[in-house]
Amino acid sequence: MSNASNTAIAAEPGIVVRVLASRNLVIGLIVTFILIAMALVSFVWTPFSPTALNFAEKLQAPSLRHWFGTDNFGRDVLSMIMVGARNSIAVSIVAVVVGAGIGVPLGAVAAARGGWIDGVVMRMSDLAFAFPALLTAVIITAIFGPGAVNAMIAIGIFNIPVFARVTRGASMGLWKREYVQAARCAGRSDTAITALHILPNINHVLLVQVTIQFALAIVAEAGLSYVGLGAQPPMPSWGKMLNDAQTFIYDAPWLAIFPGLAITFAVLGLNLLGDGLRDILDPKVRRQR
Amino acid sequence: MISFISGRLLSLMVTTLVASIVVFMLMQVLPGDPALIILGMNAEPETVAALHRQLGFDQPMWLRYLQWIGGFFVGDFGTSITYSVPISELLGPRIMVTVPLALMSMLISIFGAIVIGVYAAANRGKIGDTIAMGIAQIGVAIPNFWLALLLILLFALKLLWFPASGFSGWDDGIWNGLRSLVLPALALGLPLAAILGRVTRSAVIETLGEDFIRTARAKGLSRSAALWKHAVPNALIPVVTIVGLQFSFLLAGTIIIENVFNLPGIGRLVFQAIAQRDLVTVQSLVTLLAASVIIVNFVVDLVYGYLDPRLSNGGH
Amino acid sequence: MRSALKWGLAAGLIAMSMGTASAKDTLTIGQTLEPPGLDPTAGAAAPIRYITYTNLYEGLVRVMQDGSVQPLLAESWTVSDDQKTYTFTLRQGVKFHDGSSFDCSNVKFSYERAVAPDSTNAQKGLFEPIEKTECPDAATAVVTLKRPTSNFLFNMAWGDAVMMSPDSVADNKTNPVGTGPFKFKEWVKGDKVVLEKNPDYWGTAAKLSQVTFKFISDPSAAAAAIQAGDVDAFTSFQAPELVNRFQNDANLQVEIGSTSGKVVLALNNARKPFDDVRVRQALAHAIDRKSVAEGTYSGFGAPIGSHYTPIEPGYVDLNDAYAYDPAKAKELLQAAGVPDGFEMTIQLPPPTYARRGGEIIAAMLAEVGIRANLVPLEFPQWLEQVFRGSDFDATIINHAEARDLDIYARDKYYFNYQNPEYKALYKAFTEASSEEQQMDLLGQLQRKLSADEPNVFLYAFPKIGVWNKKVKGLWVNMPVPADDVTQAYWEE
Repeated sequence: MSNASNTAIAAEPGIVVRVLASRNLVIGLIVTFILIAMALVSFVWTPFSPTALNFAEKLQAPSLRHWFGTDNFGRDVLSMIMVGARNSIAVSIVAVVVGAGIGVPLGAVAAARGGWIDGVVMRMSDLAFAFPALLTAVIITAIFGPGAVNAMIAIGIFNIPVFARVTRGASMGLWKREYVQAARCAGRSDTAITALHILPNINHVLLVQVTIQFALAIVAEAGLSYVGLGAQPPMPSWGKMLNDAQTFIYDAPWLAIFPGLAITFAVLGLNLLGDGLRDILDPKVRRQR
Repeated sequence: MISFISGRLLSLMVTTLVASIVVFMLMQVLPGDPALIILGMNAEPETVAALHRQLGFDQPMWLRYLQWIGGFFVGDFGTSITYSVPISELLGPRIMVTVPLALMSMLISIFGAIVIGVYAAANRGKIGDTIAMGIAQIGVAIPNFWLALLLILLFALKLLWFPASGFSGWDDGIWNGLRSLVLPALALGLPLAAILGRVTRSAVIETLGEDFIRTARAKGLSRSAALWKHAVPNALIPVVTIVGLQFSFLLAGTIIIENVFNLPGIGRLVFQAIAQRDLVTVQSLVTLLAASVIIVNFVVDLVYGYLDPRLSNGGH
Repeated sequence: MRSALKWGLAAGLIAMSMGTASAKDTLTIGQTLEPPGLDPTAGAAAPIRYITYTNLYEGLVRVMQDGSVQPLLAESWTVSDDQKTYTFTLRQGVKFHDGSSFDCSNVKFSYERAVAPDSTNAQKGLFEPIEKTECPDAATAVVTLKRPTSNFLFNMAWGDAVMMSPDSVADNKTNPVGTGPFKFKEWVKGDKVVLEKNPDYWGTAAKLSQVTFKFISDPSAAAAAIQAGDVDAFTSFQAPELVNRFQNDANLQVEIGSTSGKVVLALNNARKPFDDVRVRQALAHAIDRKSVAEGTYSGFGAPIGSHYTPIEPGYVDLNDAYAYDPAKAKELLQAAGVPDGFEMTIQLPPPTYARRGGEIIAAMLAEVGIRANLVPLEFPQWLEQVFRGSDFDATIINHAEARDLDIYARDKYYFNYQNPEYKALYKAFTEASSEEQQMDLLGQLQRKLSADEPNVFLYAFPKIGVWNKKVKGLWVNMPVPADDVTQAYWEE
């Protein structure tokens, strides 16, 4: 932690107070907690089996027995949504880790070295941004085959340039700072400077980006599953549930409503969390408000 | 400025070229043999080999690439493996679906953004602001393909205002064509409107705080006149720039929305071509899409450079 | 939907008020998939045949709706005693749509083109028995075979064996030229193919003046289009779960028929444990085929007990061979030395019957201790990996080709069934000289497959036809891929 930001935090009210003061952050934390809790509970308990077929109870409208109704195989939609949360979270975590794990070092190197390295990294990210993400994800899954793991990779690849750009943009200015220049003169290596001075000062930017990319990854996973390329049965996934719902949309609209609500709920929570984190962590935003 | 533009132009061409190589290589490693797909489950191996020769697959890779890219830059995108017709012939009618769809959703998003953003800015800090931004927050979170399903449920199945899917074609009259594009355009445009609405709000608030508006207000300009005559037009510049930057997302969006609504647009064509391993069509279309994103980004950069001369001096 | 109905009623009223000036003579048929081209000798896709078979192109012989083979461009034929020489008497005065005449040279050209080394005919194997085609005169074609082939006439009735003119073959994909009662008018890519009546047809003229094949891939849109009257018929409707809404529609007629497609859980007979007949039989007992048909196709497909469908000649009902009996399945697994079951993967191509079928079958197999992992594949990957590479445990697929019992007699076919007895039986069948003998051997072949259960036979792929009640003359069953509209008409 640099002294500058330490003193900034010290001069402000305590962290707990600031967290509670941000409505976005509180709602975001609650929603994210519910999402994770739902996924965790599904490991030990769901109202019904999310995979067992029961034709006797197929296509039932929401009721006290089946809160969210049943699908064309008689499976309980609520149970499927709970298990589907697992899949969404797992895919998104890996996608963000892949993106940040490769993108942040790339961006850091580009900022530290500048020159042609910077140019190459930036042109590569231009290139990656030039392809509509979904389209490339479709091609990648066409090459490696559909499935949750390949969806993770396909989405992760798209997070790389995002993290590279954000890291580069946030750390560029820091390299011009006096204390960084001083460290350089003292013979510290670029790696050490990045680890000691740069990353700690941009971690709030990265944290916000992580929540944003997490939300985008949930949508992307749902989109890939929707076109049949994400998680595969019997593992329920929200996007696939929506796709399956489409032929039954006349007779069983609940099949199309609840999985979509789940996606929106998750993304909304993560976006609020991101906004909230920015509110309390980014000094610039704080001053503007 | 000129060196800035020519530099960017060169890097634009190089990026497009590299994109074409990447796409071509991806097509080479894509598993699945188009000849086997055409000939089906009873095909004899020598029949498949004969079709390979007919399709020119026996030629070396670099030669096929050069032939394709050479034609590509003069507007000859090659011949579809599946349909045996020039790809430009397939492309024509599909552009007439995708481009109107993209334009309609852009209009919807800009209009929606202004309504919600200006309203929120004018009511900054009040309950109206909170509600408007709450709606925007939800709008950002809704995936467009789910919104599409909801719109179908409400407007096509319950109210029967619009067709649930499909495209009747422009032959039946412009109105019929537009009618089948309304729901897809809404599904694409509304979430974008939510994103842009938030940008509009902060842009308007920022402009309202600037000196020239304060001066005008001090000279007796009414609040609404200041808002509509000065703040909104000035705030539109960053908004339109963001619209340009969202172009790639819009393209990706049309791909999935065209599939939800079964619209015969470019997105569906690419999708089908991938499924049928119509490799020439896929590589030409994907490269075209990438090139269009690159060009739009270039134009946005130019606008930016024009607005902010610091950028063109090469400073970070 | 209601407004569509209202419009339909209004249109009906207007039509009535105008009196019965003349019966409608154009027909719009909805189809799920657009064909890649319109040349049945250049691709295997069924939609090519739906549009072109007997409507546009004709062969020497044709298949009727009941599966029988009837004369078409050949008036009659004789077969030599050794079953190796077929002498066809050709119809005279037949003209192609481009005005050129049809004679024996076209037969020679078409058959020789199909067997040529650079042939890209998807069913080249059908023509393989042909040794030579000769033309003693313009109206006679003599086809000599390398060996007796029972199915030869039926094979020459496939869409792949139609007669073409040398002048038009290069462009047939986009501008088809045949001898049929309809000729090609236009193709609006992504939308429709239009055929119009051929005024110079040699035989009974078509009753319709124009037929439009409209492509609507989305089932909901297809349902809406037929209920609104935008299309008059959907001859192969693909969303069984929407059929009940048609059954309640007074304007529509629903005809559930069968195709010659066999939906099977194909097993890799070369791989353990599927090389053990007891394991294959256990799988058959563990799967409730009725529930599979119910869950994948709303119960419309008739369960089958062998690789043959009820609409094909010589069908034997073997449905009782493997009753749904998980206890018996467990016994068989025990006997085969895998009492605790095993792990397997099922590769699933994209069609709904496969994907949904996989989910249902996996759940049923779990009951007897078999853990089935589902691996969905895109069709190109399925062809590459499962079909060409034989790299799979099990897969679900519709074998659409009619009378394809030969695939179990091949030396190399993806499910690796190698049985000398079956091969001998099949050879006897191809060389059988009398129809009686053929039928008897067909029965034996089916029984042998049922006993060996190389694949788990599930159900015959249904044909769901939905059309306006006033449209007559469309096929209910589909023994070969076709949408024969040559006799279709509107009732007054």
